[in-house]
Amino acid sequence: MSVTESDRLKEQEEREDAGAPRDSTADEAELHRVLSETWGTKPGFWGWITTVDHKLIGRRYIATTFFFLFLAGLAAMVMRAQLAQPEGQVVGPDLYNQLFTMHGTTMMFLFAVSVMEAVAVFIIPLVMGTRNIAFPRLNAFSYWVFLFGGVMVWGAFFLNIGPDVGWFAYVPLSGPEFSPGKRADFWAQMITFTEVAALAVAVELIVTILKQRAPGMTLDRIPLFAWAMLVTAFMVMFAMPSVMVGSSMLIMDRLVGTHFFNPAEGGDVLLWQHLFWFFGHPEVYIIFVPASGMISVMLPAFTRRPVFGHLALVLSVISIGILSFGLWVHHMFVTALPQLGESFFTASSMLIAIPNGIQIFCWVATIVSGKPRYATPMLFIIGFIITFVIGGLTGVMVASVPLDTQVHDSYFVVAHFHYVLIGGAVFPLLGAVYYWFPKFTGRMMSERLGRWNFWLAFLGFNAAFFPMHLLGLWGMPRRIYTYQPELNWGDMNLFVSLAAVVVFASFALFLWNVLYSLRHGEPAGDNPWDADTLEWATSSPPPAYNFAHIPVVTAREPLWAERRALPVAVGLRTDMRELVITSVTEARPELRESSPDPSIWPLISAIALTGLFIGSIFTPWAVVYGSIPLTIALTAWFWPKGDKEDEA
Amino acid sequence: MTLQVTGHQWWWEITYQDPSPERVLRTANEIHIPTGRPVRLVLNSTDVIHSMWVPNLFGKRDLLPGLQTVIDFQADKPGVYRGQCAEFCGLQHARMGFLVVAEPPEAFDAWRLAQLRAAEAPKEPERQRGEQVFLRSSCIMCHQVRGTPSAGRVGPELTHLATRQFIAAGTLPMNRGNLAGWITDPQSIKPGANMPMTQIPPRDLQDLVSYLEGLR
Ligand code: HEC
Ligand code: HEM
Ligand SMILES: [Cu+2]
Repeated sequence: MSVTESDRLKEQEEREDAGAPRDSTADEAELHRVLSETWGTKPGFWGWITTVDHKLIGRRYIATTFFFLFLAGLAAMVMRAQLAQPEGQVVGPDLYNQLFTMHGTTMMFLFAVSVMEAVAVFIIPLVMGTRNIAFPRLNAFSYWVFLFGGVMVWGAFFLNIGPDVGWFAYVPLSGPEFSPGKRADFWAQMITFTEVAALAVAVELIVTILKQRAPGMTLDRIPLFAWAMLVTAFMVMFAMPSVMVGSSMLIMDRLVGTHFFNPAEGGDVLLWQHLFWFFGHPEVYIIFVPASGMISVMLPAFTRRPVFGHLALVLSVISIGILSFGLWVHHMFVTALPQLGESFFTASSMLIAIPNGIQIFCWVATIVSGKPRYATPMLFIIGFIITFVIGGLTGVMVASVPLDTQVHDSYFVVAHFHYVLIGGAVFPLLGAVYYWFPKFTGRMMSERLGRWNFWLAFLGFNAAFFPMHLLGLWGMPRRIYTYQPELNWGDMNLFVSLAAVVVFASFALFLWNVLYSLRHGEPAGDNPWDADTLEWATSSPPPAYNFAHIPVVTAREPLWAERRALPVAVGLRTDMRELVITSVTEARPELRESSPDPSIWPLISAIALTGLFIGSIFTPWAVVYGSIPLTIALTAWFWPKGDKEDEA
Repeated sequence: MTLQVTGHQWWWEITYQDPSPERVLRTANEIHIPTGRPVRLVLNSTDVIHSMWVPNLFGKRDLLPGLQTVIDFQADKPGVYRGQCAEFCGLQHARMGFLVVAEPPEAFDAWRLAQLRAAEAPKEPERQRGEQVFLRSSCIMCHQVRGTPSAGRVGPELTHLATRQFIAAGTLPMNRGNLAGWITDPQSIKPGANMPMTQIPPRDLQDLVSYLEGLR
């Protein structure tokens, strides 16, 4: 094994704690024992709730988001049962409105964005070649807050006080006058929970990607999935505050009688729409950009070549991130906007098609010029490309004002955004789960079931959602719990509902494959796909400390460049948690930084915050009293432990 | 020609503007227009956001509380075009339809003149009793039949109710059975609608329905 001992780490070592035990030792077994001791999570319940290991948290984050996916999917099945025939009697209007609100809200806030961040929480530190995510306790906190927010809103639903105003809760419908009771408050508070969680992860990812890269992973060697997550994290940071401000104003209107959105008192109903869509449109790209990163990072393994146009892909992702903020008004073409404004937003909606097109081009070029191997992840990628092109075309149609006023808020739009969300994000995500499952668990998922899974999902999805375009053009509005027989939409709706059952079955099969493979899957080995990025340089599943030695990156495809063994950097202490911090552009090692130990306080802080948030649905005083336990918990969390580094 | 359209949860109030006050016409859920003439709809809402959409005539435009929006359009072929609310507006968003009836200008003018007239006093005894039932009941708090003391404005104008093709915003075809069903139990037909159930003895109900059926 070649060892490049980093000069600067060495200097620091000589200056400070010269005598401490380090990972320079040659005895691998001994090293494994000591590092496991230092980085391991204690067994049992206590270990489980205090852990700060990004892999354990990432895994439970992913599992939780998929659990919410299934709940939302079940809600969709009930909706489709109700719409299968005219004047259906399965559910009434009240329940139907709760169902589509829970479906949309869960899919957007508790599944799509969160699952991307959850996968990144697991994978990114491994891709970066580091031993834990930045701010690991914040990471634990983020998970608990997310979990409690989701449980709260579904709990409200099962108590029949679930929100019923749609996933974008337009005022004044969601305001105090037209939504009395607590339903809309649960919705608004759920936003606050999930945004806190998402912002926390965004901060962790940004710092991990910028400061914890393996030595030698210069900017132009950062894998595309990491680029995608970096851009996503910045988008989250800029977009989420807007909806948090909006939902806080809504809560204040509802709870303490402010009039931000009340036209009778000089408020403005369109203000809400601007605040919401300033977040809401980037949101779609917050979901899509990570998915595109997954594709870029999977393709090399299945085409046996580096991805075509690495730089073009990086630039596309960045420009998508920026352009997505110029698009929000295209959700509001049918309100009341000045003509010039409309033209501007039409143009920018068309503009974003360019970087999207470049990405597709690069992926197709990679496939065509490579030696494709059609394993399940690759099938999902192909399925994605086909679906996304259709979804993109309909998107450009929606973006032009005259056509938009016809299809806006009709089933055409329902079809369009499911094409973008399922085709554009869920397909790559499922592919990515097949791809990384061996790394998550140490076992392969069944390929045979995988193929069934893909074909059911792909065919069922197109059968279910393509006809919705037609229903929309025939005049069927969205969010209706029923329709009259004379309209002749019945047959097509029945067909859509039957196809939706197939889609649901494909997800059930996916779940079965996961559960089955957890026990019976073939053992995977370190790098079953012969992929090129660092997460495959360690065992599957990785040990608590991720890498026995910090890898040093010498090329853009590190594992392909160094076939025999990666060069490594040594000098980290083994008796306490330490990471290498590297410079932003060149990834030169700068210093050794300690990484926090497990702690119960993130969980307790999350519980205190939950008390405050839920309490404030019922009385504004909860903010005052709730801040006391929260302050105590946070103080305990950040209590100095006597060493010079503050813990995060 | 300019029409004011006001959205209510869950029906449409329509006012034909005119410089002379006695030619201003108020009606509901059914818009008549002359073919080949430009029509302007001025939209607003008294409660939440609604949206007007007639797939075969024009795209959507929102009805916003506190703001005015307009739709300019023209129908070239006579016909009956179905429209529906396209912005989620609460419980009965699904049952907030309306009709646009485009007819040749002469037919339209005749229609407008007929609609401007107050309701004729009923002649048959049955209908006379029905009118009394109507005026005695809670109906007049919310509905108006021009030519009688009723002046409610919470619900649709009923002066020429029987000329319309549907009741309850496109929910039920206009006929005797549906009228009776609607008046006794609107909540089972359109749960949440802002019209309460009314207890009326069967005899009175028959009279009341006959009265309404005669509002041509
Ligand atoms: C509290 C107010 C209220 C009262 C009282 C009331 N209505 Fe209504 N009515 C409404 C509203 C609001 C609607 C529109 C409902 C909808 O379509 O959502 C309506 C609709 C109707 C319609 C259908 C009109 C159309 O063109 O669609 C008829 C007919 C009607 N009411 C008759 C009556 C009669 C008869 C009574 C008395 C027995 C009565 N209403 C009492 C509020 C009221
Ligand atoms: C099992 C597959 C799915 C089916 C059958 C399905 C079905 C539906 C239906 C029928 C509606 C329309 C409700 C209405 O307008 O009345 C809807 C709305 C919606 N769906 Fe899905 N869906 C599925 C998966 C997804 C996924 C994976 C996502 C996101 C990642 C998603 C996001 C949404 C959103 C945001 C809405 C809008 C909700 C609203 O109007 O407030 N759906 N879905
Ligand atoms: Cu409406």
